[in-house]
Amino acid sequence: MTDIQASATVASVRVAGGTLRDDLRAVSIVWRRELIRFGRSKLRIITGLSQPVIYLFVLGTGLSSIVPASAGGNFNYRTFMFPGVLAMTILFTSIFSAVSIVWDREFGFLREMLVAPVRRSALITGKCLGGATVATAQGALMLVFAGFVGVPYSPVLLIELVLLMALTAFVVNALGIVIASRMEQVESFQVVMQFVVLPMFFLSGALFPLNGLPRWLSVLTRLDPLTYLVQPMRRVVFSYVDVPPDARASLAPDVTWFGWPVPVSVMVLVSIALGLAFLGVAVYQFSKPE
Amino acid sequence: MEDSGQPAIEVAGLEKRYGDLEAVRGISFSVEPGEIFGFLGPNGAGKSTTISMLCTLVRPTGGTARVDGFDVMADRTEVRRRIGLVFQDTTLDDYLTAQENLRFHAELYGVPRSIVGSRLQEVMEMVGLWDRRTHLVRTFSGGMKRRLEIARGLLHSPRVLFLDEPTVGLDPQTRSHIWDYINVLKARESITMFLTTHYMDEAEHCDRIAIIDHGEVVVIDTPAALKASVGRDRVQLRTDDDEAAIAALGERFGLEATVSEGEVCVQVVGGEEFVPRLFAELGVPIRAVSVARPTLDDVFMRYTGRTIRDAEASASERNRNNVFVRAGTRRG
Repeated sequence: MTDIQASATVASVRVAGGTLRDDLRAVSIVWRRELIRFGRSKLRIITGLSQPVIYLFVLGTGLSSIVPASAGGNFNYRTFMFPGVLAMTILFTSIFSAVSIVWDREFGFLREMLVAPVRRSALITGKCLGGATVATAQGALMLVFAGFVGVPYSPVLLIELVLLMALTAFVVNALGIVIASRMEQVESFQVVMQFVVLPMFFLSGALFPLNGLPRWLSVLTRLDPLTYLVQPMRRVVFSYVDVPPDARASLAPDVTWFGWPVPVSVMVLVSIALGLAFLGVAVYQFSKPE
Repeated sequence: MEDSGQPAIEVAGLEKRYGDLEAVRGISFSVEPGEIFGFLGPNGAGKSTTISMLCTLVRPTGGTARVDGFDVMADRTEVRRRIGLVFQDTTLDDYLTAQENLRFHAELYGVPRSIVGSRLQEVMEMVGLWDRRTHLVRTFSGGMKRRLEIARGLLHSPRVLFLDEPTVGLDPQTRSHIWDYINVLKARESITMFLTTHYMDEAEHCDRIAIIDHGEVVVIDTPAALKASVGRDRVQLRTDDDEAAIAALGERFGLEATVSEGEVCVQVVGGEEFVPRLFAELGVPIRAVSVARPTLDDVFMRYTGRTIRDAEASASERNRNNVFVRAGTRRG
């Protein structure tokens, strides 16, 4: 062990706390921590890509062979699946980021954050935005495969998709933090995957059209927040590819509320509102005194 | 800068209940600025609960506590700005470097950017980790992590540094190094330190000690005064004839002696002065003699009626301490 250094007088440091500027600094550093950690885990980035790639090229190709008739002509089923797989990437990456709060609690780092002289809302917002940024970056990597499944690399399309992915990432991160606030141990992550993430994924219409479903299933799909994010992404993609009209009608039907076709703008607004509501609940959960 | 005459910590009737369990039962004390104040007691005595209340992490169910003049309930943010914390369990991010952990802390505590760099170097040099600043914390040993936490706790120049069992789980050599750092700290920064420990020998480093047992403060004083209050030294003899020695001690000195582990043991005031008289007047050949000053163990025993290790039931500690006393080493 090294010698103890005796030197230099110590300047007293004025410590801030409570002002908006302090809170923004807190948001920023918590956000940056997420990015540093993400950038350092190359393995996580690669494994995060492998699952959607398998779904897209293995499952997508397999399904193509049995659904060509309904899809009409030469339409590629993988084109249909592409937005769903983007949503999947965002969903899984986001949940993992959000639930890392439970790891932080287990390894003590959460306490370092919670005793700081900043608002809990700043910490939670930073965590949520950090997780959302990371997930969006991971999703953006998937855009590389667009050309392989018949989706053009149109800059406007790509920007629209990134924006929708960012919104998806925000909503799922906020929801994930709410879940994490109630999770006592890391082991519960499997339960969250089984009872929240997978149902959300399958009910969103990421893999199959929300068309001609039995009533119970149809109701469930409309209760899934992810539905209102997957469908806009699919609409955007379909507006850039050549899809026969009857295929379009069967693959990307309107999401309806009691017979009313919900426009994309409303779906986006609903998602923003849901994201903010989840974030509010998350802040409340973490602000409760012991 | 320093507020005149105001205690660094002032606690009155503080209590915490969890349902039926009274973890802390209305304790009161105050800590002067610049003091090292130790909370000594067995695990489960209420030390950590008290520290958590003072750090605004746990809400008291009764009483008041002020840190640097601010109420831990009403002015939580003000209290948090003024305190540094070193917890029992590590609270570092293993996947960040040492430097990144500290920068994270500096940002959260709003340390002005113009001085972060120099302050960072200063605290890291103090704990001897400046050379390792770019290493990931997961590559650090337990002792290095604890030192890094101490550096981090000081980064924002707190008025009061709380150390919850700062050396628990570390090997004896590392423990003593941590104490070296704490003592340097005391000399260099005008800072008040509040620490908890269940190691008797560590409590010796404190200016004052509060012994806490079953959620209550039993006694508060300096280590020296506490030991003086126990009074008598323990003199242990090995003789050729223990029975004759015991009889002689009774007749000539009026002392009641006992035999334990092959040694005759008496308690006297001024043990060192007693030894020459013993050789002159006992009349029984003496083969070895040792004098032990009262230790904090004796103090704890006197005020709580049991040893801290009985309360802890830690076998390894007990062995180590027996060796310590029998070797005749004096403490204090």
